[in-house]
Amino acid sequence: MSHIENLSRRGFLKSVGVSGGVLVVGTAIPSMSFAYSESGTAGNVEHQLSVFVSIAEDGIVTLVNHRSEMGQGIRTSIPQIIAEELNANWDYINVVQAKADRKYGSQGTAGSGSIRRFFIHVRQLGAVVRDMLEQAAANIWQVNKSEVSAINHFVVHNKTGQKIAFGELAKHAAKLEIPAPENVKLKSINDFSLIGTDVKQVDLPTIIAGKMIYSHDVQLPDMLIASIERPPVVGGKVKSFDATAAKKVKGVVDVIQLKERSLPAGVFPKSGIAVVATNTWAAIEGRKKLKVVWVNGENQVHNSESYRDNLKKLVNKKGINVNNLGDVYQHDYDQSRTVEATYSVPYLHHAPMETPAATAVIKDGGCIIWAGSQNPQWGKGLVLEELGLSREQADKVEFNVVTMGGAFGRKSKGDYILEAVELAKVTSKPVKVIWSREDDIQHGFYHSVSANYCKAELTNDNSADNWIQRVALPPIGWLFNTDSKSPSDDDLSVGFADTPFKFNQMSMEKHEVSSHIRPGWMRSVSCINNSFALGSFVDELANKAKITTQQMWLNLLAEDRLVDPNSDTFKYTNYGVSLTEHPLDTARMKNVINLLADKANIDEKVSANEGWGISFFRSFNSYMAAATKVSVKNKKVTILEMHTAVDCGIVITPDRVKSQMEGAMTFGLAIALMGEITVKDGKIEQGNFHNYLIPRINQVPNMFVHIVKSNHAPGGIGEPGVPAIAPSIVNAIFHACGTRIRDLPVSKVLSI
Amino acid sequence: MIQLNVNKKNVTIDAEPEMPLLYALRDFLNLTGTKFGCGAGLCGACTVHMDGEAVRSCLMPLSAAVGKNITTIEGLSEKSDHPVQEAWLAHKVPQCGYCQSGQMMSAAALLATNAAPSDDEIDIHMQGNICRCGTYKRIKLAIKEAGKNIVREA
Repeated sequence: MSHIENLSRRGFLKSVGVSGGVLVVGTAIPSMSFAYSESGTAGNVEHQLSVFVSIAEDGIVTLVNHRSEMGQGIRTSIPQIIAEELNANWDYINVVQAKADRKYGSQGTAGSGSIRRFFIHVRQLGAVVRDMLEQAAANIWQVNKSEVSAINHFVVHNKTGQKIAFGELAKHAAKLEIPAPENVKLKSINDFSLIGTDVKQVDLPTIIAGKMIYSHDVQLPDMLIASIERPPVVGGKVKSFDATAAKKVKGVVDVIQLKERSLPAGVFPKSGIAVVATNTWAAIEGRKKLKVVWVNGENQVHNSESYRDNLKKLVNKKGINVNNLGDVYQHDYDQSRTVEATYSVPYLHHAPMETPAATAVIKDGGCIIWAGSQNPQWGKGLVLEELGLSREQADKVEFNVVTMGGAFGRKSKGDYILEAVELAKVTSKPVKVIWSREDDIQHGFYHSVSANYCKAELTNDNSADNWIQRVALPPIGWLFNTDSKSPSDDDLSVGFADTPFKFNQMSMEKHEVSSHIRPGWMRSVSCINNSFALGSFVDELANKAKITTQQMWLNLLAEDRLVDPNSDTFKYTNYGVSLTEHPLDTARMKNVINLLADKANIDEKVSANEGWGISFFRSFNSYMAAATKVSVKNKKVTILEMHTAVDCGIVITPDRVKSQMEGAMTFGLAIALMGEITVKDGKIEQGNFHNYLIPRINQVPNMFVHIVKSNHAPGGIGEPGVPAIAPSIVNAIFHACGTRIRDLPVSKVLSI
Repeated sequence: MIQLNVNKKNVTIDAEPEMPLLYALRDFLNLTGTKFGCGAGLCGACTVHMDGEAVRSCLMPLSAAVGKNITTIEGLSEKSDHPVQEAWLAHKVPQCGYCQSGQMMSAAALLATNAAPSDDEIDIHMQGNICRCGTYKRIKLAIKEAGKNIVREA
C-alpha cells in the first residue's frame, strides 16, 4: 500500500497544480469529452487512456474522482465502480481529484446523486478502457477481441490462458480510439466482485495521520488571511466604518470594504468589511476592533417566532391546490374518527465542523482557487463572471477541489469562494478567507422554517381517507427570484405530493409566504418537515385506530403497486430520474418497514416510561425506515437505541452506506431534539455551539443499520437516512409518556 | 519571540504571547492537523496534548504553552500507529475526518490514564469533542479496542 500512498501524494501535488499539465488531444463523445495521453511525469510513464483513467507501465491505475468528498466516501465509491468495470485490482488503484472542468460532466455533489444519477455512466468509464485493453491484447495475439477477457489487472487469452498485464498493455491501448460507450458491454450485476465489498477506503490513512488537506489548511507563500464582518441582516449595507484601531493590530495589512451586493441574494457574498493580515490570529483580532455602522434594510422586520406562528395559522386554512382526488371539502367528517394536526420545524443550519474557507490568487488575468465545494463548476462559473471572463475563457480559472470537513448542502454555494477572489484581486496577493463559527452560523443558507398540516378520517378497515395536507415555508426559489413565494413542483416532490398512500379523496395544498433570510438546501431539504409531519401523523392515526403504527403504515400503503404521483396539476420530478428506473414501489416500502420492526424488535415489552417509535420515508430513490427507543423520566428524554433499515438498491460500498446511516441518525436526532435557529429583528440569534446545539457523544445511543440486499438500481444514500429519524423520536416519546410533540425541537418541552 | 517544544522539537515563533497556540501551530509551524472548529473551546477540534493532558489549543495562549511538552496529531506517533490511530483505522471511524485529530488526541489522553474506560467514562471524557458527521458509535468502539491493545502491549 505504501507506493499507492506515495502516488496519492504526487496526485495531490498534481491536482493543486504543482507538476505538469495534461495534453488533451481527445475526441468528443456524447455527454462528455474524453482526452488522450499526457506527458510523462517522473518515474513510470503514465498512459492516459481517457479523461478518467491512466495506467502506468508498472500497472498502477490512476482514476479521476470527479465528485466532491465531504465525508460520504465518494472518493472510494466512484473509483470502485470504475475499477469494477475495468476488472482492475484495487491494490493498484490510485485516486486523484478532478479540478472543476466541464469535460467531466456534472460535478454537482448534491441531492445524493453521485451514484444514483450516474451509475451507468460511471460504469461506462471503466468499461470503455477495459474494452481498449482487451482490444490491445487481441491485436498483439492477432485474435478476435471476443476471445480475450480482462481479469484482475490482466488481459487473458481465454483458450490458451496466456496473459498480459494492464501496465504492459497501456501503451498499446493508448494508441486506440476510445469506443463509443453504448457499444461497450457492461458487466452483469451477478459478476460484480468489487461493487458490494468494503475495499480499502481511500483517504482513511491520510486522515488518521492528520495530513488530510482541507480548505482551512491551504498555505501559500506570502498569503494573506482575511476575516470578514458581514451585514447582520440579509440585504443590509455598510453605512460607515472606522478601521483605525483594526489597522493598529500587529500583522494587519489592510481593511477592505467588499463591493455592495443586492437582492436577489443568489449565492453571492453578503459584502461587508474584510480585515486582511499576515496570520489568522491578527485577522481575527483586527476584526474585533472594527467599528461598522449598518443600514439593515427591510428584512429587519423578520422575527422567526411570530413568523412560525403565522405559518401554522396559514396551513389551517385552505391553500393553493397542488394535487387532488375528488373533493374532500364536500365530505362530512366524523369527528370521532378524524385526526387533524399541525406540525412545525424551525430554521436549521448545517454547521459542518469545518467552517467555509477558500483561497484565491490572481494570475495572468485569471485566477487559481483552492476550495472545498459541492459544486465546483458552479463556483467556477461565478468566478469567471466576477473576473469579467467568458465561459470560453474557462481555462483562465483553475479551480482545485479540496476535501470538505463536512458540508451537508452548505458548500454548494459559492459565496465564500467569491469573497476570496474579490480580496485576491484587491490585494494582488494570495488570500485565504476563513469563516469563524459565528460567521458560519449567522451568515448561512438555512433550512426553511415550515408548517405542515394533516387531516384524515379513519376508514372501516383501519386505514385513512379524505386526506388533506398543506405546507407553508419560505421557498429556496427566493434566493434567485424575490417574487418566489411558494414551493415549486420540484420542491413538493420530496415527500409531499408523492405521499404513496391509497386514497379515494385527497387534497394537497400549499401557501404563499414572504422571505427574509437566505434559504438553502440542507441534508434531505424539505423531506425533513414533510417526513416529520407524515411520520407523526401516521402514528397519530394508528393511536386513534388503536392499532400498531407498523400496521397503519401497511394499511395506508395498501396492496403492492407502483405509485405515479403525476396529475394534471402536479408534475412529479422523482429526484431528477425516471419513474421507470426508480418507481415508487409500495412492496419495497412495506418490506423495509417489516424488516425494521423485526430487527429492532419494536413489539418487545418495555419498562414504564419507555417506548418505541417508528417511521418510514422514501427519498432520493431509496427506502428507509427508522425505529427509536426512548425513556422519559422527570420530563427528561433519553434516547436508548436507534435502528434504521434501508433499501437503497445495489450497494457499492456497504460500510459507507452504514456510516451514512449512522451519521443520518445523529443528524436526525439533532433536528428532533435540539436544532433551532431563531431570528430577531432580521438577525440570527445563535452564534456558536453553546446555543446552536449539536449532539455530543453522551446523547447518541447504540445504533444498528439493516441493509436490504437488492438488485434494483442504486438509490441515494447521503440524505435518505435523515427524514424518518425525527418522527421516530417524537413517536417514541409519545409512546413512552403520552406527550405529543408537534413543534420541534423537543427541547422546548422536555429536557434532553 | 516565543520558544516552544512541539512534538519533541524546540521551535521559535515570532508571535504575540497572547496568540492562541492553535494559530501558531497552523500558521507558523505548518502543523495543520490540529483544526479550527469554534474558537471558543466548545468543540474540541483543536485538541492537543500539553504535558500529556488534552487541552483546547484555540484558547491556550502561547505564554501558557512555554516550557511544556506539546504534542499534536502529527507527533502522536512516528508512523501513525498509535493504538488509537490503529483502532480508528480498523473501525473506519472518520467520515469527513475534520474533527478526528481532536477526537484521537482526546481519546489518547484518556487511555493514557485509564486503558479500560467504561461507557460513562468515555462519555464524560469525550463530551467536549463534537462530530457533526455522527461517528460517535465508532469512536466508542475504537476507544475500547485501543485500550485493550494498550493493555496488551504494556
